[in-house]
Amino acid sequence: MTEPECLATLEASLPQKIKTAHAATRLPPTAEEISTIVQQTVSTLTGDVTAGDLKFYVGLQELASFIRNARKEIAEIQPKDITVSHIPLATDELDAVVEATEEAANKIMDVCDMIQDIAIACKPEVNEKLVACTTRIFEACNFQDITGQRITKVVTTLKRIDKKVEALLKALGEEINRNGEARAIVNDDSDALLHGPQLPKNAVDQAAIDKLLSGE
Amino acid sequence: MAVDMGLNILIVDDYKTMLRIVENLLKQLGFTNVYQATDGSMALKMLRDGAFGLIISDWNMEPMTGLQLLKEVRADRKLNTVPFIMVTAESKVENVAAAKEAGVNNYIVKPFNAETLKQKLSAVLGAF
Repeated sequence: MTEPECLATLEASLPQKIKTAHAATRLPPTAEEISTIVQQTVSTLTGDVTAGDLKFYVGLQELASFIRNARKEIAEIQPKDITVSHIPLATDELDAVVEATEEAANKIMDVCDMIQDIAIACKPEVNEKLVACTTRIFEACNFQDITGQRITKVVTTLKRIDKKVEALLKALGEEINRNGEARAIVNDDSDALLHGPQLPKNAVDQAAIDKLLSGE
Repeated sequence: MAVDMGLNILIVDDYKTMLRIVENLLKQLGFTNVYQATDGSMALKMLRDGAFGLIISDWNMEPMTGLQLLKEVRADRKLNTVPFIMVTAESKVENVAAAKEAGVNNYIVKPFNAETLKQKLSAVLGAF
């Protein structure tokens, strides 16, 4: 078999064999499977192995090795942590920010309402000044709407990233998912007690803290 | 013609803080009948059931955006002449163009102040 004939045979048979392997398992073929297919295909070639054949075979082996290493590296970074821990925690924290700013803005406006009620009983010139001040405070409370919208955009982006990582995990198949359950997030900081503000559902209130301190 | 300060105004926004701010500013300006809706569907129902003289709406809402609400209002025989002011953080030229094409009467970009609100209302309703 001449070199062009060998190459033509390889080009014709390899894609179909890889496609068959994928269809059988519904997963992308592993590096080992690709390597096996290449060896089986090359062994069907008759005649002397030319320099071109060897080069082609070496290239395929390198590709198989690259795929094997890439899957191993991805598995080592524990991608499941991203979808199970990191992103849900981030979106929870951002939702808490929106809630907290809404609560604060409403408290500010409640006090403004009280001032406006008091202003009614004041002299006209005082009333005017108080109302002008409270109006400016109301205007400033626009911040809650703007920050809320910006944070919603961030949350949407995080959820998109989450979906893409999940799709990547599915595409890379069993090998990645075999690396155990996602780990709980461990603080990288040297001070392991630096947790930051807690979400409302997890927070301990002042009364409970006072009890802890007093030893009750 | 003098502006009827008792006309029914519907403000539409999915952020309750914003509804409160706009209502307060409208009342400071002297408008007495201000109603609220937290989404486009609720707003449409209120508009069809009631008699409103002005709509002030946010754009970024789900499932119906302010632009979709505007288009629904303009497509409705009973509502299509009601003045509609968009109050939104959407500030790109294409947004303003789309709102204009859909029949918006005025467009206010957030954050805004009481003076801007008054100017835009005057432009739509007349001086007050």
